[in-house]
Amino acid sequence: MSLMKRMSLIFRSKANKVLDKAEDPRETLDYSYQRQVELLSKVRRGVADVATSRKRVELQVAQLEQQENKLTEQAKKALSMGREDLAREALTRKSGLAGQVGDLRAQQAQLQGEEEKLTMASQRLQAKVEAFRTKKETIKATYTAAEAQTRINEAFSGISEEMGDVGLAVQRAEDKTAQMQARAGAIDELIASGALDDASAIGQGDDIARELESLSSRSDVEAELAALKSGSTPPPASIEAGDPTPAAEPVAEVTAEPEKEPGHS
Amino acid sequence: MIIRILGEGQYDVAEGSVDGLNQLDRALEDAVDAGDEAAFTEALAGLLSAVRGSGAALPDDSLEDSDLILPPADASIDEVRQMLTGEGLIPG
Repeated sequence: MSLMKRMSLIFRSKANKVLDKAEDPRETLDYSYQRQVELLSKVRRGVADVATSRKRVELQVAQLEQQENKLTEQAKKALSMGREDLAREALTRKSGLAGQVGDLRAQQAQLQGEEEKLTMASQRLQAKVEAFRTKKETIKATYTAAEAQTRINEAFSGISEEMGDVGLAVQRAEDKTAQMQARAGAIDELIASGALDDASAIGQGDDIARELESLSSRSDVEAELAALKSGSTPPPASIEAGDPTPAAEPVAEVTAEPEKEPGHS
Repeated sequence: MIIRILGEGQYDVAEGSVDGLNQLDRALEDAVDAGDEAAFTEALAGLLSAVRGSGAALPDDSLEDSDLILPPADASIDEVRQMLTGEGLIPG
């Protein structure tokens, strides 16, 4: 039983090192209990941290999906205006986003998994800490310092192993979360820099939106001119309605769409 | 015999199942020695599911020591190597 055995020996020797501290073994009980409670709150903080990272990734997925929808709309509009080149550009950008979204979804699932694992670990540790506390009080009430040692060793063995296990779980979750946070930060920067999109104001949107807008305002002018030539004044609402490209109105809508503040974490 | 799967919990496994586990353990060790990540993943999954299948989960509030400790289900070959050298990973 070589690999399992080696692993067990190493793990146990590390876990036990944490303990031998106090002169009076009964003090060691309190000391250990204190460490258990500390570890328990550390795991709970770990659960909260992982949840925060997961929510951040979820938000990014939502933002990128919004971008995807917008690019689809732009492609439709561009096609309706006979600009296949613009439509192609919009769809190319959209396919670039799809990879990012897939990647983020995978991260989201991984973080969710870590969150669940840590939650379970925290429940197990809590049950063991409570069992230990009961045992500790019994030992302190029943035995003298000299007698207590063997009982204490019994009580320690299980809990120290659990503490090593939980400590490892927290550390692994922290490592994974840190890696993902670095990538999430990069995505936030992309979104904020407008490389993915920043349609914060009319006329200041991305280049596709700008071009679509200028196309539709040109056709507005043509439509109004045609109306004037034919001697009838178009009713105000029909400036856009009379536009040969039905996309004119949605362009302004999309471009003016308020952007969620970039770079929120 | 009590076996702990790190990150997962403890199982009480009947002595009769240990031979089967030993074979799976050897496959795992070979994979670690060969640095074969695919074989490692398969061997680890096989060993852990054999433990889960043949053992009964201990209640959360038990304070029993484990006879054997196994790596977490999502461990990489490098992590297991580090665990075996006693460096890193396990907080001391």
